[in-house]
Amino acid sequence: MWFSETLVMLRKEFVLEWRQKFAISGILLYLVSTVFVSYLAFEGVIPANTWNALFWLIMLFAAVNAILKSFIQEHEARQLYYYTLSGARGVINAKIIYNALLMAALGLAGFWVFAGFMGNPVGSSGLFLVNLLLGMLGFSSVLTLISAIASRARNNFTLMAVLGFPLVLPLLLLLIRNSSAALSGAGMAASVPDLLILVLLIFIALSLSNLLFPYIWKE
Amino acid sequence: MYWFRHNWWKAAGILLMLYVIFGGLLFEVPHLPVVRQTIRNIYFHVGMWFAMMFILAVSLVYSIRFLAHGRPADDGRALAAVKAGLLFGILGLLTGMIWARFTWGSFWVNDPKLNGAVVGLLTYFAYMLLRHSLEEDDKRGRLAGVYNVFAFVMCFVFIMILPRLAPASIHPGIDGNPALSAGDLAPGMRKVFFPAMAGWFIMAWWLFSVIDRLDAIERKIAELIDNP
Repeated sequence: MWFSETLVMLRKEFVLEWRQKFAISGILLYLVSTVFVSYLAFEGVIPANTWNALFWLIMLFAAVNAILKSFIQEHEARQLYYYTLSGARGVINAKIIYNALLMAALGLAGFWVFAGFMGNPVGSSGLFLVNLLLGMLGFSSVLTLISAIASRARNNFTLMAVLGFPLVLPLLLLLIRNSSAALSGAGMAASVPDLLILVLLIFIALSLSNLLFPYIWKE
Repeated sequence: MYWFRHNWWKAAGILLMLYVIFGGLLFEVPHLPVVRQTIRNIYFHVGMWFAMMFILAVSLVYSIRFLAHGRPADDGRALAAVKAGLLFGILGLLTGMIWARFTWGSFWVNDPKLNGAVVGLLTYFAYMLLRHSLEEDDKRGRLAGVYNVFAFVMCFVFIMILPRLAPASIHPGIDGNPALSAGDLAPGMRKVFFPAMAGWFIMAWWLFSVIDRLDAIERKIAELIDNP
């Protein structure tokens, strides 16, 4: 039941995005300008561990910005309308999947732009890409619920950052560690335990979102 | 007599803490290099952290109860428990910093355990901020309850799992339970350590119940002012 609802709501997210393309182009522009600013600020080539930290910080802020709008852009009246169409789990799962796809696209684009400006020190691309995609799924699964909470309160952006950063930190530290293994050229095999913990964290966040969102949703 | 029947645990808590202060400062402790007499801090520093975790778990239980039944009193208790937990967290951080100054040489070292502690505190400050930015009582209770559950789980992942994966930590207890594992504590220290833990738990519960009663009275007064 909730699965077909999720598909309908997911389709709605894509249609909505397609109709107001400025949203995604806004976040892309944000990404490109942040990368360019750091390129100018760092004046060219930087050591690999700085590259790593900077890349993930930029990704984190892009994720917070992109995911914040997933609940704010819609009026309360329209949310009421969705309420009649679908259950709570359909809504949250559709948002999480949509945000994960959006973030995956942004992550790949971000890596491309970032590597273009700052050089590409990645030693093992396979591990880096798997880690990047898992990371984007992780950001989306943790931050979507936070975005739902923050959208109900005043000071959305501050609240989103304050509520989200501590919770996203375990994820971020794991991502940075895997990514630095990928930069040094270590193969996938050595990082399998860390990747599994990442998957476990994402699973916890997903199940908590499914469990808790109905309480936010009912008004 | 009535007072004693209902409040004997407070008297027990006071006696335990007095015993811990005297015993903790005066009883014999092993003489170890570097740590020396600062080991006595273990009765206070570790006790404060345990008390914080205990009272935050209490808060989690009340948050879940509020989400399940929607009674405003449960939300109030969850908030009171977080306030008590924050106080114990700050005290634990301060006693830890003083201890670090005398054993590791500086007030702060970059260590997974210490950083985890700060993230935990930040999360609960964020919880307080979230409550302040919502006005409607029921909505505030629900959103704060949801955040409390989410934060507790994610944070405890952070405090309990990640430090054990870290390659090295200067803080004792890499297997997760400082001072509890066999061999961590000299036998002579146990006769102060375990009463200290019981005493801190009682202090935390007592403080939580006082904060909760004060908050409830304040809510009642606000209500009476609104509808005289």
